[in-house]
Amino acid sequence: MSDLTKLTISEAREKLRSKDISSVELTDAYLGAIDAANQTFNAYVAVTHDKARDMAKASDYKLANGEGGALEGIPLGIKDLFGTEGVHTQACSHVLDGFKPRYESTVTANLWADGAVMLGKLNMDEFAMGSSNETSYYGAVVNPWRAGGSNRQLVPGGSSGGSAAAVSSWLCAGATATDTGGSIRQPAAFTGTVGIKPTYGRVSRWGVVAFASSLDQAGPITRDVRDAAIMLKSMASVDPKDTTSVDLPVPDYEAAIGRPIKGMKVGIPKEYRVDGMPEEIEVLWQKGIAWLKDAGAEIVDISLPHTKYALPAYYIVAPAEASSNLARYDGVRYGLRVPGKDITDMYEQTRAAGFGREVKRRIMIGTYVLSAGYYDAYYLQAQKVRTLIKKDFEDVFAAGVDVILTPATPSAAFGIADQDMASDPVKMYLNDIFTVTVNMAGLPGIAVPAGLDAHGLPLGLQLIGRPFDEETLFQTAHVIEQAAGRFEPEKWW
Amino acid sequence: MSVDKATVKRVAHLARIAVTEEDAERMTGELNAILGFVEQLNEVDVSGVEPMTSVTPMAMRKREDIVTDGNKAADIVANAPATDENFFLVPKVVE
Repeated sequence: MSDLTKLTISEAREKLRSKDISSVELTDAYLGAIDAANQTFNAYVAVTHDKARDMAKASDYKLANGEGGALEGIPLGIKDLFGTEGVHTQACSHVLDGFKPRYESTVTANLWADGAVMLGKLNMDEFAMGSSNETSYYGAVVNPWRAGGSNRQLVPGGSSGGSAAAVSSWLCAGATATDTGGSIRQPAAFTGTVGIKPTYGRVSRWGVVAFASSLDQAGPITRDVRDAAIMLKSMASVDPKDTTSVDLPVPDYEAAIGRPIKGMKVGIPKEYRVDGMPEEIEVLWQKGIAWLKDAGAEIVDISLPHTKYALPAYYIVAPAEASSNLARYDGVRYGLRVPGKDITDMYEQTRAAGFGREVKRRIMIGTYVLSAGYYDAYYLQAQKVRTLIKKDFEDVFAAGVDVILTPATPSAAFGIADQDMASDPVKMYLNDIFTVTVNMAGLPGIAVPAGLDAHGLPLGLQLIGRPFDEETLFQTAHVIEQAAGRFEPEKWW
Repeated sequence: MSVDKATVKRVAHLARIAVTEEDAERMTGELNAILGFVEQLNEVDVSGVEPMTSVTPMAMRKREDIVTDGNKAADIVANAPATDENFFLVPKVVE
């Protein structure tokens, strides 16, 4: 019954409730698929076989009694950034060697409370710093998609590369992910999956390893829009343990799916037409515009004049916050310790051995821009530019725009160990050019698959919404999904 | 603005990351590439603009000033590389 792994969350939910299948069957199907294919993809860094079966048995018991939560019996993969009690949690870094938290993150606690089953922990860029999943201490993740007629291994995007690869290769029904500059939406676009970064404050950050606290936000990666709505409903909550958690009730996102978009005002920002953008991205964007127009939406040209400054401002704000957040990895409280001749040398040797190149680079940039004499020139300037970026969006929404449509990424997935990307960190950073504005302004954004490029690789569109209006994103993304169809890799493994 | 190798070494020490000569050399180039990229922010007119402190217009929620946690020293040191009776062990700091 290997077909069980191909069910969406909503399909599996129906079969579980009607007792067509049991959670143990479904969970065993996924564990079997993981055991057979994880060597190929390197999507999981830890598989929790026993825990998964125990959770599935408990779910079956509840389901048999007609009980159970919104995700009862659904097997999920969890990004290694989420603290999971007693289970491998290392943000895919060497510096957290052996770390097993004594607590459970709010997001995963919410999922387990709703009945979800944990399959294991998913690979990611170290501390979520990367756009290709190649900075992981556990090695690169392989994208299940390959260009037509080629065996070349492609990246699944990052930082939530393990999440995206596992969902698209049927190694979990859905996965948690996090997004600081595009880390949910870019890998979703690279793998033909759906990924939503909710409004800042919608999902609790408590128990999630911190990268850049004013930008980090968790969300799901799933096979379709409905599944993303189902998972976000369970992940989101009002959490007294996170002081930036916003006190608003969590709506029933699934109810937004299927609502007509007639009369909705969709903004098309001219600044997202960047130099050197491949023709097929433009073509895809035009297709998206046509689909929404056909569904009765009103298309309006808009301007977000500070768009080009979002990425440079991000590369000051995010490293600055990271340098502060990652100061805690000192060889004293958890993880790796490398002995030194005194305590300072112990700190320096531990951090030198424990952090990878990209993480060190960002800590260094952050330390530099926050150091005496440079704070005003860099950090303060970046935070002022951030105010202007947010104001661009506020102006557009105040003028009546309901949702903004853009491409999700400037290209399809690229090769593992791509020389261009490896030789120039800024080139890698440009992957997030369309997604990073959304984090800077704290807005919700969803990536939805919309087509294939000339080589048969998936491409995504992004929808950006008003603060806390995730419902409009699900509603509109579903229209795109209906028009574009769904995309699955050809199974070669 | 750009950095030289001496600055890179100073910043690495501030960040408590040991670097070799070779690391410092490579990082100088990488950091300058990134600093060159963010330079374009200087062209933005920010006169009269407040720096962002929060994306959501909300006062930080504060909890009641009561004890809600504690008595879990063993949990707190459970992941430490070296401990003794619920204390973290570090190399000698005071002679």
